Amino acid sequence: MTAYIIRRLIAAVLLLLVVSVATFAIFFLVPRLAGASAEDLASRYTGKTANAEQVRVMAEKLGFTDPLPVQYGRFAKGLVLGADYSTGPTTEHCPAPCFGYSFITQNPVWPDLLDRMPVTLSLAAGAGVLWLVGGVATGVLSAVRKGSVFDRAAMGVALAGVSLPIFFTGLLALSLFSYKLGWTEPGGSYTPLTESPLAWARALLLPWVTLALLYAAGYARLTRAGMLETMNEDYIRTARAKGLPERTVVLKHGLRAALTPIITIFGLDVGLLIGGAVLTESTFSLPGLGKYAIDAITNNDLPKVLGVTLVAAFFVVIANLVVDILYAVVDPRVRLS
Amino acid sequence: MSLPVVVSDPNAPEVFLAVEDLRVHFLTDDGLVRSVDGLSFQLDRGRTLGIVGESGSGKSVTSMSIMGLHRVVESSRAGSARIQGHIWLDGEDLVAASPERVRRLRGKKMAMIFQDPLSAMHPYYTVGDQIIEAYRIHNDVSRKVARKHAVDLLGRVGIPRPAARVDDYPHQFSGGMRQRAMIAMALSCDPELLIADEPTTALDVTVQAQILDLIRDLRAEFNSAVIIITHDLGVVAELADDILVMYAGRAAEHGAAEHIFRAPQHPYTWGLLGSMPRLDRARAERLRPIRGTPPSLINVPSGCPFHPRCDYAELTGGDSLTDVPGMREIGPGHQIACHLDAEQRLRIWRRDIAPKLSSEGTA
Repeated sequence: MTAYIIRRLIAAVLLLLVVSVATFAIFFLVPRLAGASAEDLASRYTGKTANAEQVRVMAEKLGFTDPLPVQYGRFAKGLVLGADYSTGPTTEHCPAPCFGYSFITQNPVWPDLLDRMPVTLSLAAGAGVLWLVGGVATGVLSAVRKGSVFDRAAMGVALAGVSLPIFFTGLLALSLFSYKLGWTEPGGSYTPLTESPLAWARALLLPWVTLALLYAAGYARLTRAGMLETMNEDYIRTARAKGLPERTVVLKHGLRAALTPIITIFGLDVGLLIGGAVLTESTFSLPGLGKYAIDAITNNDLPKVLGVTLVAAFFVVIANLVVDILYAVVDPRVRLS
Repeated sequence: MSLPVVVSDPNAPEVFLAVEDLRVHFLTDDGLVRSVDGLSFQLDRGRTLGIVGESGSGKSVTSMSIMGLHRVVESSRAGSARIQGHIWLDGEDLVAASPERVRRLRGKKMAMIFQDPLSAMHPYYTVGDQIIEAYRIHNDVSRKVARKHAVDLLGRVGIPRPAARVDDYPHQFSGGMRQRAMIAMALSCDPELLIADEPTTALDVTVQAQILDLIRDLRAEFNSAVIIITHDLGVVAELADDILVMYAGRAAEHGAAEHIFRAPQHPYTWGLLGSMPRLDRARAERLRPIRGTPPSLINVPSGCPFHPRCDYAELTGGDSLTDVPGMREIGPGHQIACHLDAEQRLRIWRRDIAPKLSSEGTA
């Protein structure tokens, strides 16, 4: 088991390395291939008023004229150890992990990301719990009562849930519950959990439910299909032959086996969401990573985009790692192979 | 057709297990499948009944009915079973009993061993956990006591170092050990009726013999009634006191194992015995498969269901095409469902069958 976890950890670190190289290449190699010069990149820092000489000096100072591998090395070093920038008379230290400075605000990227992370984390965690519980429960009930009115209704709603985009259901929910009924704030009013748990939950309730509805639908269908398959297995017949009550047969024997693929997808979904629930955050004006990414892309603010991409990739890799380890906990056959 | 359903106990026969005119029909999209259609037999404690027949003859459906494992749904939804007749177990009619009542008997009074021990055990729980679960559902004991019981049982069915292996998962066991563990699980509550559905089919030949030995020893120890379901006549020859030959959901021949093997009377039994590989017969005529294929259970042939495959159907003067033969007594405890009369059967047996079966096959 320990060897298995260590193997997975090493794989995760290697994967992160590959992702960082690939991301860096996309942001710095591709513009160069498209014809952008080092000065073009540097001009984003100097502003429009700078003359050509000033831009050239800046490009050299920022290292944009160095070969790409050297630039990547410096970038990676900044991530691990921090970096020093001497942009003017003073040298500024950017502590690790250093993602560089925004083109627009000149602020370091990392503290911004740190600010946004709790919002997205809260959103993903809350919605994740809701959709996992709701989706799996609906799926199990549907499978057990296959063909019943409940099954048909639930699967109908699930189909609608999967098909309706978040900016539709989200806006609908906002206009009804926030603007018309006034039950919740109309978005953009995030309060940290540590300040006031109640205000935190109140502000996130609508985004949670809207986001959960989208995912729960898929999970219900997935659980239903998995349960229908598992409930035909020989070991379910054995469980019944022992004289176990149907409830135990379904939950302890059936669901346990059907849960494995659901855990995998749940891990990946949550990992992706923590990297930025772009649509949800935009719809509800939540100041999370997704909103940050959208703003960065709109402003062509490369260091910000690079930072948020790497953080998102980091969360997906971590989620994968957690799923792999959970897999071994759930399925004893994985532990040995 | 339908018999009056009598639930009151005075009607219960004295014998431990009595199946009376059992009918199990399944509604499918293609039509009504008559998997079991009017089957009756009896079994006492300490006795072993072998149920033999081809795939689809209704052997497993019968055992699942006794265990109450069919999904019985009143509506006309496809896949649900309709069960009629009586299954008397120790004076109680299982067909009429509530599902909850049958559930409480399941695993305790009657237990079952399944064919493929790998797929029949849950891959995510240890062997011990699964035996403990079977024991604790019917016995109000602590986990510790149940665990000790599980270790005892594993030892009794011949698992080496049971105290250590109890925490293994099924995939860590070999095929034969898995079947031993399944048997330990089935025996955990000292069942009075043990049903083994093809208990050795998925196992190596050498392991088969060990498992059969084990079942024989345990039967002596527990004094349970045992039903062995198989298509392998070798298995019933080893274990059974009585043999029930099934064809198309009905009994074809029923009698003491000795009679069935030495003096079989039904043409289908002749066919089964003839298609059994034996070394003491000349190689050229060693295997004589029954011609044709098992019948559809949706459109069961008219009259005797075996008549399209029977070599002697024309001897009945057309009766086998129109009349369904009932089970009739032809000797002490020996019944067959066949239109041929005693004289015809004796002639065919002497002339065609006995010489081709083993040398000791003449009765």
